[in-house]
Amino acid sequence: MTVQHKPFAITLDVGSSHLNKTGSWRSMRPVYVDRLPPCNKTCPSGEDIQGWLSLAEEEDYEGAWRLLTRDNPFPAIMGRVCYHPCEGACNRGSLDLPVGINSVERFIGEQGLINNWQFEAAEDSGKKVMIIGAGPAGLSAAYHLRRFGHAVTIYEAAEKPGGMLRYGIPKYRLPREKLNAEIYRVENMGVEITLNHKIEDINTARKAGGFDAVLICVGAQKSNMLTFEGDADIPVLDALTVLRDTELEKPNQLIGRVVVYGGGNSAMDVARTAVRLGAQDVKVVSREDPDNMTAHKFEIIETMEEGSEVINLRTIKSVNGHEISLEIMKISEQHHSGQLRVVGTGEFETLEADVLVLAIGQNVDPVLFENSAAIELQEHTIKVDSIMQTTQDGIFAAGDAAPSQRSVTSALGHGKKSARAINAWLAGKVYQPAPQNEIASFDKMEPWYYSDAPRTVQPHLDAVRRKSGFAEVVGDLEPDHAKYEARRCMSCGNCFECDNCYGICPDNAIRKLGQGRGYEFKYDYCKGCGMCDTECPCGAINMIPEDI
Amino acid sequence: MLRQISGSIAVAEAIALCRPEVVPCYPITPQTHIVEHISTLVKSGQLKNCSYENVESEFASMSFCIGASAAGSRTYTATASQGLLFMMEAVYNASGLSLPIVMTLGNRSIGAPINIWNDHSDAMSVRDAGWIQLFVESNQQALDVHIQAFKLAEALSLPVMVNMDGFILTHAITRVDMPTQEQVDQFLPAFVARQKLDTDAPLSIGAMVGPDAFTEVRYLAHHKQKEALAVIEQQAAEFHEIFGRDSGGLIKSYFAEHSEIVFVAMGSVIGTMLELIEELRTEGHSVGILSLRSFRPFPANAICNALGNAKQAIIFEKSFAVGMGGVLASEIHMATAGNDLKISSVIGGLGGRTITKKSLGKIVECAMHGELDKEVFLDLEGTTVVKELRRQQEGQSSGPVAENILRDMGVVSASKTL
Amino acid sequence: MSKEETSTLNPSSRQTVKFYQTGTFTVGNRLLDEEFRTVQATTERSNSLDSGHRACQGCGQALGARYALDAAMRATDNKIIAANATGCLEVFTTPYPETAWSIPWVHSLFGNVAAVASGIAAALKSKGDSTTRVIAQGGDGGTTDIGFGCLSGMFDRNDDVLYICYDNGGYMNTGVQRSSATPAAARTATTMPVGDNPGSSFNTGKYLPTIAMAHEIPYVATASVHDLHDLERKVEKAMTFRGARYIHINVPCPLGWGSQPAFTIKLSRMGVECGLVPLFEAENGQLTDSTKIRYRIPVEEYLKLQRRFAHVLKPHNTHQLDAIRAIAENNIKRFNLL
Repeated sequence: MTVQHKPFAITLDVGSSHLNKTGSWRSMRPVYVDRLPPCNKTCPSGEDIQGWLSLAEEEDYEGAWRLLTRDNPFPAIMGRVCYHPCEGACNRGSLDLPVGINSVERFIGEQGLINNWQFEAAEDSGKKVMIIGAGPAGLSAAYHLRRFGHAVTIYEAAEKPGGMLRYGIPKYRLPREKLNAEIYRVENMGVEITLNHKIEDINTARKAGGFDAVLICVGAQKSNMLTFEGDADIPVLDALTVLRDTELEKPNQLIGRVVVYGGGNSAMDVARTAVRLGAQDVKVVSREDPDNMTAHKFEIIETMEEGSEVINLRTIKSVNGHEISLEIMKISEQHHSGQLRVVGTGEFETLEADVLVLAIGQNVDPVLFENSAAIELQEHTIKVDSIMQTTQDGIFAAGDAAPSQRSVTSALGHGKKSARAINAWLAGKVYQPAPQNEIASFDKMEPWYYSDAPRTVQPHLDAVRRKSGFAEVVGDLEPDHAKYEARRCMSCGNCFECDNCYGICPDNAIRKLGQGRGYEFKYDYCKGCGMCDTECPCGAINMIPEDI
Repeated sequence: MLRQISGSIAVAEAIALCRPEVVPCYPITPQTHIVEHISTLVKSGQLKNCSYENVESEFASMSFCIGASAAGSRTYTATASQGLLFMMEAVYNASGLSLPIVMTLGNRSIGAPINIWNDHSDAMSVRDAGWIQLFVESNQQALDVHIQAFKLAEALSLPVMVNMDGFILTHAITRVDMPTQEQVDQFLPAFVARQKLDTDAPLSIGAMVGPDAFTEVRYLAHHKQKEALAVIEQQAAEFHEIFGRDSGGLIKSYFAEHSEIVFVAMGSVIGTMLELIEELRTEGHSVGILSLRSFRPFPANAICNALGNAKQAIIFEKSFAVGMGGVLASEIHMATAGNDLKISSVIGGLGGRTITKKSLGKIVECAMHGELDKEVFLDLEGTTVVKELRRQQEGQSSGPVAENILRDMGVVSASKTL
Repeated sequence: MSKEETSTLNPSSRQTVKFYQTGTFTVGNRLLDEEFRTVQATTERSNSLDSGHRACQGCGQALGARYALDAAMRATDNKIIAANATGCLEVFTTPYPETAWSIPWVHSLFGNVAAVASGIAAALKSKGDSTTRVIAQGGDGGTTDIGFGCLSGMFDRNDDVLYICYDNGGYMNTGVQRSSATPAAARTATTMPVGDNPGSSFNTGKYLPTIAMAHEIPYVATASVHDLHDLERKVEKAMTFRGARYIHINVPCPLGWGSQPAFTIKLSRMGVECGLVPLFEAENGQLTDSTKIRYRIPVEEYLKLQRRFAHVLKPHNTHQLDAIRAIAENNIKRFNLL
């Protein structure tokens, strides 16, 4: 049987349709894009969450740890105390529940501690940076500066490093061996930490130490206080002092009936500490309704689980003897038109207390800057520009001392950002953040393809056992669970090689380049139907008009 | 080996000797005995390596053949009349796809009115379908030509239809010489498909062809049929050599080249004509017969040559194109254009009406006297037709035509109609 | 078919597979074992229907055909011969001088593909070739209408052919006329949205999968192009049987449905998720399994993306919408889809 014997025109040889370049039909062209996942966008440290989750799901834990710590040196710490705004932004939340990013971060952090993985500093740049304060912002900045090769000395007024991580966050949320281990790892990069050393005069210290730049990370250490009418016969304490004293194991003052005033996370920390220290009765008084308290939901729930009562829509009007007078508040019906949201009703009730703790916020202590006139303050914080430089050249500020969300999470992000700014400044440049890609919003995705996968719940200590001491409340994920949770990530905006485009193209107009190398369009045949774009689960394809 | 069997059985056994690989069948009179007998041969194990299938219609039957042939199998089926019409679309398709299928057509009329008896209306209905159409005069020829049909089909990669008159041949028990398997194997090699659905050498068969190449496709089909003229002759000679019988070819002449008056006809009617002309020639009349064995391809040159000395040709047909007349007659007109030849068209034997030697004799007699009309319907009941035509002219609502005719003939009682 | 072979192909197994991000819903998944990935995920796939064909943008049939045939090719170690009915699939793949098929393929007529395929199977049988397998394919018109007789005959004889119907609900190749598979209320060129009951009539039509089941052939399944794993599993399963098998694949047609080419798979998915397109399997005439709806959606979500149903969503046609909802409800009950 030879070719010339086949009937003319009726019988055709295979492969002949390749001559028909159907790409000429196209008016829209698909292109592969990388979009910014909302978790990454929201993370103050700018962690490539998706990236390290994908390594974790393949059980490359060291790879995941290295990628994670590129942006955040404290995974074991932040895996416990970060308020994970990433999870609030997670697109999976629109499908079932957000990926438990924080729990996987903690798992990865544990792997780092277990395996004693260490950081590498870059080659010495010859530049020296002084950091004031060994809290989360200062330590984070020190880490990033060492990664740039700069010498770092931290001066810390307290007897131990860690700042609010140590003196503001109770042990049951952050066991100290984890804290110490991760701080030690930063020190081990060649960061010099001088403890019990309070900087009184920044400029003098800078000159004396020969520092090229300075970063102020002194935090907001001064608690806001209120004075009440009446003749109180009970101690009125502030939250920060209570928590610090607890850490320093000073004599316990939280005895009897404890009332905590405030609706934020510090109020919950105090209430929960009081329970653990054996207080007879603990009540939290909040001006807000439950939905508008600034404390995180899970903190409030755990506080209540442990037996504390939360009283909402009350303000303290006066304290007489042991009697606290509360005004009953209500949500204003006109609050949308610019009026106060919560207003008094003129009705009162009373509460008996033996101790009152105020947890109504902190501010920067202006005393610190009495000898540094060139550094301006503004609204109780240090004034900084867009690159976190203060009003004095070469002096930067980060963390709670600078305008911020006042969380450990944002402090860490500040540390990174200020380190980058200082690095640029040391080179005589102005730090320019890299332009961000378009956000991978949920509407760009096709969620049908993701398997049903309910979120893993981390183990929690029983409420009864919690009250009896400072054991950690939230447990670690098992390796299988961590892997599972990592695999719940939808890889928003970035191709994860699911082969959908390759498989569903009716024109075979996509070439698969092999694992890790993605795909390419064969524009000779792509008719531009756009099915690849519609069916890309993670939104990593875009249709753009063809130049015709 | 000489055997006394019916035409259908003879053909079935000949087919079996050709080792067909796939035979789908669907019953329709008068071909049914052929496929019934093949069924028995397959089921009993006498015919090996053959897939025999009862399909649900003639359309399915030919479609089944198309698939089997495209997959490289020697494929056979048989049909007749309405069955052929029902498979018509596939009949065209088989030739269009150049598939060497062999099919027996047990020639039968086409309804309405429904009629199971012999004529050539079915064969003529597919005259443009691109098949090779051969006609046989006798059961021996039927047997022999089927063997040649496979060789021809496969040599040309074209389907071949062997036409044998229904009942007259299919049901007639006659003596036939059944060849041996060795003889058939010697004549007919194993089938090697020109194109084949093969997973080792994939092809696409049955493309859509637009105006850019359709004319060329049709021209090439025509050209191939013309090439078949020589192949048919060559293979007939080859057959003669192996089997010792002259049983094929494009035409068969009985004194045609040397006669003034020549019958031209196809099929079993040749037998009756032969008896007639033998008598007439004994009486000294110059009468001959030209038997067309191949209708498609149409052997125009052979016909023209065979009629080179004739004065009159009587084209006898068992079918005609309503509104036009004898198809064969008009084709012979065209083939012999330029010859000094008087051509008359005689239509007879429709729906199984017996063709008698006497009636044919009258035709010859007329022809001898120069009185034969250009168009004659043999043994037409003139009175019946005239009466019916008159009734129609009177505008009466007179009921079904056929019934009126039968009433006139006295077959149906007049009292049955109001 | 051995037990071992089916255990990995069982639909319930895919739901219990450990979670791998997208599990078995995307075409591929680098975290899955090879056996759980689709044929389409591999660069070794046959591309039985290859680039350069002339199907419309976003053609569901082009996709369904490649899916099904590539799966069959893998299941048979590339021993597939395909016969094709006249229709879009034939026209857009083989206009002289170019064919888009890379497998042995034959097209004969509109209404005879089942018989042609039976003939091929008979030829293979007589040659003693039991490894080469035959697939017949046609659109819904070629299957449920003009080719129905031949198909029923093929079922009756239990010929060793897998018949695949690509159902896009009408004669799209000839300009969108009604077939007996056109859904109720759908606009076609011969069922225009005019009069009191616009579109194709209710209580008409044929549902061939259940007709196939009535023939008690070894295997019948329905599939849809949005769920590739399900589709491939059914094709591969079909190839484990001998005798007549039937797979009915729902293939959206942007032209005939008045939908965006980019929405072909989306509509295929929505049709299933709203209950109008049931996915199930049957063996020897008995229903054996159904693919559950993952996220049920209201039928109007599905209808509103198709111009052929635009009239159904008008306020004065709520009776039609209600009737379509009832069809979905009935499917869900009848085929146990939830």
